[in-house]
Amino acid sequence: MEKMPKWADIALIPLLNLTLAFGISMLVILAIGQDPIEAVKLMVSGALGSTYGWGYTLYYATNFIFTGLAVSIAFKAALFNIGGEGQAALGGLGVALVCLYIPFPHWSVAIIFAMLGGAVFGAAWAAIPAYLQAKRGSHVVITTIMFNFIAASLLNYLLVNVLRPKGAMDPASAKFPETTNLPTFHEMLEPLGIAFSKSAPVNISLLIALLACVLVYILMWRTRIGYEIRAFGESPSASVYAGISPLKITMIAMLLSGGLAGMMSINNTMGESERLIINSIEGAGFIGIAVALMGRNHPFGVLLAALLFGFLYQGGGELALWMSIPRELVLVIQGLVILFTGALDNMIRIPVERMFIRAAKRKEA
Amino acid sequence: MDFLTIVQISDSALRLATPLLLACLAGLFSERAGIFDIGLEGKILVSAFFSAAVAASTGSVWIGLCAGIAVSVAFSMVHGLASITFQGNQLISGVALNFLASGLTVLVGEAWFSLGGRTPSLAGEARFPNLELPFASAVADIPVLGPIYSDLLSGHTILVYVALLLVPVSWFVLYRTRFGLRLRAVGENPAAVDTAGISVIRLRYTSMVIAGVLCGLAGIYLATGLGSAFGKEMSAGRGYIALAALIFAKWKPVPALGATLLFGLLQAIAIRYPKLDLGIITLPAQFMEALPYILTVIILAGFIGKAIPPKAGGEPYVKER
Repeated sequence: MEKMPKWADIALIPLLNLTLAFGISMLVILAIGQDPIEAVKLMVSGALGSTYGWGYTLYYATNFIFTGLAVSIAFKAALFNIGGEGQAALGGLGVALVCLYIPFPHWSVAIIFAMLGGAVFGAAWAAIPAYLQAKRGSHVVITTIMFNFIAASLLNYLLVNVLRPKGAMDPASAKFPETTNLPTFHEMLEPLGIAFSKSAPVNISLLIALLACVLVYILMWRTRIGYEIRAFGESPSASVYAGISPLKITMIAMLLSGGLAGMMSINNTMGESERLIINSIEGAGFIGIAVALMGRNHPFGVLLAALLFGFLYQGGGELALWMSIPRELVLVIQGLVILFTGALDNMIRIPVERMFIRAAKRKEA
Repeated sequence: MDFLTIVQISDSALRLATPLLLACLAGLFSERAGIFDIGLEGKILVSAFFSAAVAASTGSVWIGLCAGIAVSVAFSMVHGLASITFQGNQLISGVALNFLASGLTVLVGEAWFSLGGRTPSLAGEARFPNLELPFASAVADIPVLGPIYSDLLSGHTILVYVALLLVPVSWFVLYRTRFGLRLRAVGENPAAVDTAGISVIRLRYTSMVIAGVLCGLAGIYLATGLGSAFGKEMSAGRGYIALAALIFAKWKPVPALGATLLFGLLQAIAIRYPKLDLGIITLPAQFMEALPYILTVIILAGFIGKAIPPKAGGEPYVKER
């Protein structure tokens, strides 16, 4: 069968999909009576025009790298993990427990244990849906959705009744001890003589997220288990004949996925709020879906998509401040990106493919 | 707990179950035709917003109803386009539509009314009136049966009765008509339906329209019957609970009524008793909130009977070439 060139597959089609999604978003802005050009200018200056803006853009991007990688690993095993939101929330609980109850001498020790805590709690929350999918055939999409709600109720209960310090009004845990506070970019760059906004929350977790991209790449494309996950995702029945156990792959892929989602909390809970708050995830688990789809489930793509969504998130916040465009514009863009890159992919792909094949034939003739 | 309290809780359970029931039936038609519909939630939300917004602007709940249904069906058509025509991933499409709904309702609402995503309060003609069933006030004094009839069954908006009526109607359509047989067949084995010379695509689009209308009704009830305005994210996960109820009911209309009434009852109890004291332990409200989801996971795990979804669900149909 004839195919289109590889660059068209990995660059042209996503680009066209994105253009459509952003084009429609522009029309939405126009339809609610605002100026789209003005909005884009404001978003760019608000998200990239200062180290403060960059600090927030990169902070959000850190969250989305973790959740995007989480969703993409599951996708590679043909599993759709919608539960990133719940897994990240549980990860937050793990991070909080580690930070609150283990006395650490220094943040560099604390972060290792916090990562472990977040990953273990996130992975545990993914383990039950994974086991039910592998063993009892219950669809992982439905169970992970259910687990998101169960996680929200559980955290709500724990924060109101258990973790809230006596006398405090808002449902949140106590402040973490100061030895667990992560260095922000301001503190990291100051010794080098680079001035970075003091109030921006981006912190050392970003470097860990970047490291996670590299490690996921090595795991997925350079190790046996990564090969098995990808083979299982391409064709579960063929991989069984190759001696790959569906139970094992489903469990491993979902545990890795949940673990990565849970690790997100070192950024928002340990790095930013420095205590466990309610709704700390703010939809980052769901944005992971858009990020994974846009990044074609490749760590490098996920990184780029996470940066784009970090920009949109910070820029969208600026829009809400300075123009009468609510923050929820980001949700519209997110929905359109998922729709066009995920569900309506064939709408662009089929005509483009046909065009390339026709062009190739003409060249032959 | 006295008898009157039970009647009151049942009454509020029926109200809370109605949007769940309508959405559950929507999911039933869609999934029985082989289209997974995670987007129930989003459709309820857009319908709730547009019905409330139009009802507030025109002062007529019936025009609002038409608007709500129209937008919900439009969302259904996008889902159909993605999952039937372009053979995309139905789950991803549903997720996308849910985000789109959450975003658009606030964006349009803010531009329209500038009330932070809310619509103005609806009153009078812009809401559905509560219907008195015949003799409701006359029999109210009869012990036991009186309150059940006049408090529990009477005094709801028309949509509650429509929803209840739709249960036998759905059963009849699915199991006693030619269309229903074909709809169920297309969810189990579309190739066989195609071989018989019946259009799979048309059947599936029809099911999407039905699902759109039913979700539309659920949203309209939420904004103009149960509530008296649209509020941000007012669907509050009801689309997902309806999905859970659908699994609970094993994709059948009459059990769907039972499942949604049960979930409605759980919500009603959680609202009335934020802390439920069972003597041995006190159940927190958060547990009651999570109970529908926990029950569904247990059902899905196959510990209480096996829930088997329609066989061709989630698979786009590709005609043999």
